[in-house]
Amino acid sequence: MTTYAVEMQGIVKTFGEVVACNHVNFSVKKGEIHALLGENGAGKSTIMSMLSGIYKADSGSISIHGHTSRIRSPKESMELGIGMVHQNFRLVPTLTAIENIILGEKKDVWRGASWRARKEEEIAIFANNYGLIFPMNVPIWHLSVGEQQRVEIVKTLYRGADIIIFDEPTSVLTPGEADQLFETMKELKRNGKTMIITTHKLKEVMTVADEISVMRKGEMIAHIKREDTTMQELAQLMVGRDLSQGFELPSIENGKRILIVEDLLVKGEQGMTALNKIGFTIHEHEIVGVAGVAGNGQKELAEALTGLIHWQDGTVILNKELLSKPSVQSLIDKGIAHIPENRMKSGLAGDLGIVDNLLFKTYRNKERTKFSLLQKKKNQKWAKELIEKFDVRTPDLHSPVKQLSGGNQQKLLFAREIDQEPKLIIALHPTQGLDVGATEAVHNMLIKLRATGSGVLLISEDLDEVMQLSDKILVIYNGQIQGVLSRDAADKDEIGQLMAGLEVRKEPIYESANLH
Amino acid sequence: MDTAIILMSAAISAGTPLLFAVLGGILNEKVGVINLGTEGIMLIGAVTSCIVFLQTENLFLTFLAALLASAGLGLIHAFVCISLRANQIVSGLAITLFGTGFSAYLGKSVAGSALPVSVPKIELSWLEPIPFIGRVFGNLDIFSWLCIFVAIVMYFYMYKTSWGLHLKAVGDSPSTSDVMGVSVDGYRYFHVILGSMLMGLSGFYLIMVYSPNWIEGMTAGRGWIAIALIIFARWNPLYALACAYFFGGLDALGFRFQLLEVAIPSYFLKMIPYIATIIVLMFVGWKNRHKPPIEPKALGVPYFREQRF
Repeated sequence: MTTYAVEMQGIVKTFGEVVACNHVNFSVKKGEIHALLGENGAGKSTIMSMLSGIYKADSGSISIHGHTSRIRSPKESMELGIGMVHQNFRLVPTLTAIENIILGEKKDVWRGASWRARKEEEIAIFANNYGLIFPMNVPIWHLSVGEQQRVEIVKTLYRGADIIIFDEPTSVLTPGEADQLFETMKELKRNGKTMIITTHKLKEVMTVADEISVMRKGEMIAHIKREDTTMQELAQLMVGRDLSQGFELPSIENGKRILIVEDLLVKGEQGMTALNKIGFTIHEHEIVGVAGVAGNGQKELAEALTGLIHWQDGTVILNKELLSKPSVQSLIDKGIAHIPENRMKSGLAGDLGIVDNLLFKTYRNKERTKFSLLQKKKNQKWAKELIEKFDVRTPDLHSPVKQLSGGNQQKLLFAREIDQEPKLIIALHPTQGLDVGATEAVHNMLIKLRATGSGVLLISEDLDEVMQLSDKILVIYNGQIQGVLSRDAADKDEIGQLMAGLEVRKEPIYESANLH
Repeated sequence: MDTAIILMSAAISAGTPLLFAVLGGILNEKVGVINLGTEGIMLIGAVTSCIVFLQTENLFLTFLAALLASAGLGLIHAFVCISLRANQIVSGLAITLFGTGFSAYLGKSVAGSALPVSVPKIELSWLEPIPFIGRVFGNLDIFSWLCIFVAIVMYFYMYKTSWGLHLKAVGDSPSTSDVMGVSVDGYRYFHVILGSMLMGLSGFYLIMVYSPNWIEGMTAGRGWIAIALIIFARWNPLYALACAYFFGGLDALGFRFQLLEVAIPSYFLKMIPYIATIIVLMFVGWKNRHKPPIEPKALGVPYFREQRF
């Protein structure tokens, strides 16, 4: 009688030439919470996707509850009692919670009113047993992320899973919601469920896990019991070297005001109010961080300030100039640089080479173009200098940038934006998906910009990043600025509460701007 | 009064081929596959019906032949779009081009020969006493009734059964459906083929009931109107019923005006349905500009399980 719920041996998976999992062994005992720790791209999600039948392993064997099993599809995985709570939830956004939960059910073809009522009651009782509460009859896209995750968990349980995989479950949650999730996981453990949680957050691992496996660059590095390890040791295992212990931001006097925003009202997709009368200022030599859970108006803020969408109401003053319905080009000319959320979607053109990507914002310059003809040789020389300066590693100037690593893509993007000597740079999740080295490089570039007198608007979901880099932190919730904290007064718990919309400061502490 | 009855009857007979095609299109798009092959499938359906009927003079065999021919084209579209994950627009256009050309070629020998067809009608004498309705629906041919029946069955199928839920899930979020154990490819193949068969029936109706005489390109763009009507009908089979009859009415109106000898060139009158299509699409787009889009979210997107996000 084996005590292992999951045993994976010698798992290999490649995507093209990239080896995502290299002879990985991974076992989980019955009834434990097992953390799979690793950086982005370490192969955690890949190995979990093989367990849940989304990917097929190139080689290796998987046993579930001691029986060798071949998992060829999500359906077979489900039949073995494996359920996965995906990082990007697998819910149909247009269906209600109930419909999503019963989606996989094949029996009872006719779905009349009485059938629905019966199911609803059944699921409500079922969800309540685990203390998981969410609206049942509203389309999923109306629900908060935390609620969506609860639906996903109930869905998994309802389908009879006894091995549950949580893939980066806290990446979309506020700290409060994350604590709630850990309570749920402990409750599930009392119910005898086996759980695997993949994450790169050490604190979570120490809070919730019984056993810990660490992956790095597609290989399994270590298996440890939680009692036998420390956060420092785990960090070292995960990264492969010592982590730099944060850094002090050199204090610089704020300069002139670069950007003044007052009562900004922006409508987002589908005409919903995305930003509701927000106001703040950014000075020279200042990094203003915006903390918040994704989808609370950050994207719209960045898009409005870069001219991609227009605001409905409010005042925006850039360098003493009142802006009204500015075009993207005019804002570039006025010195606003933009690091967009998704570098491969709106930052770079993946199929083009380095030179073309660097030219996107400057091709109109006399330096780059003469008589509407691009100065090919001159531009190549310029591009070469830039990629040396910014340490972009690339085989040559013309290979498509989509083949570069995420870190090098981001450095290339920064090279283009910083080269125009921006007065204000708007960076959206600039370190998302980057490894530790590239993250450090990005942070250093932002600090350098601050030193040279630019203003920085840093929008990030990574609370540590925001707290480390910002002179001033705005917490955004539901399109409003829920609170403003200075660097010294910043407190993680308080920010977390503000992010969840729990506390409203009646008096804004940002200085009210003198408009004239 | 009489004019209204005649117009309504004409609207039904002109609207039925549209309705078959719209219903077929809805089934395609609900599982996330755009089928621009409608026009071509209709033409192949029509020419197949024409040839088979001239050979056999058997209405039932003709019906089966139309279904079979259109199912074949549907299978090609499904294979190209689902298994090969090719561009759905290109595949659909190719099918329309192929259908137009091939039907013209096949139809050469039968062009111009009137079909000695008599489609059975269903007499509902108990409807007679009701004014208007009785006159319009009391003596309708079986295929018009079949079309109404299909629309109603489809409505219940889509909104009241587990299959309907799967259908919506596959069209809105194939990755979720896959994880939930719903066969995405299976649902897509089945509905693309079934939908194409309805489009084939549209061609069948056109030549067996509406105008029993093969003319090259006789669908005259009805397939394209049907594609626009899918949007107008908001992917709902019962709305589709109303929309198709409305557009059928516009079609019939053109002919009525001609009879009235109004001094409008007949070409303008024949344009009515097409101009109406443009106006209606503009209106629908404008009216819903602030509403969340309701088309299937994964429309036109091939699904591949191991795709990396």
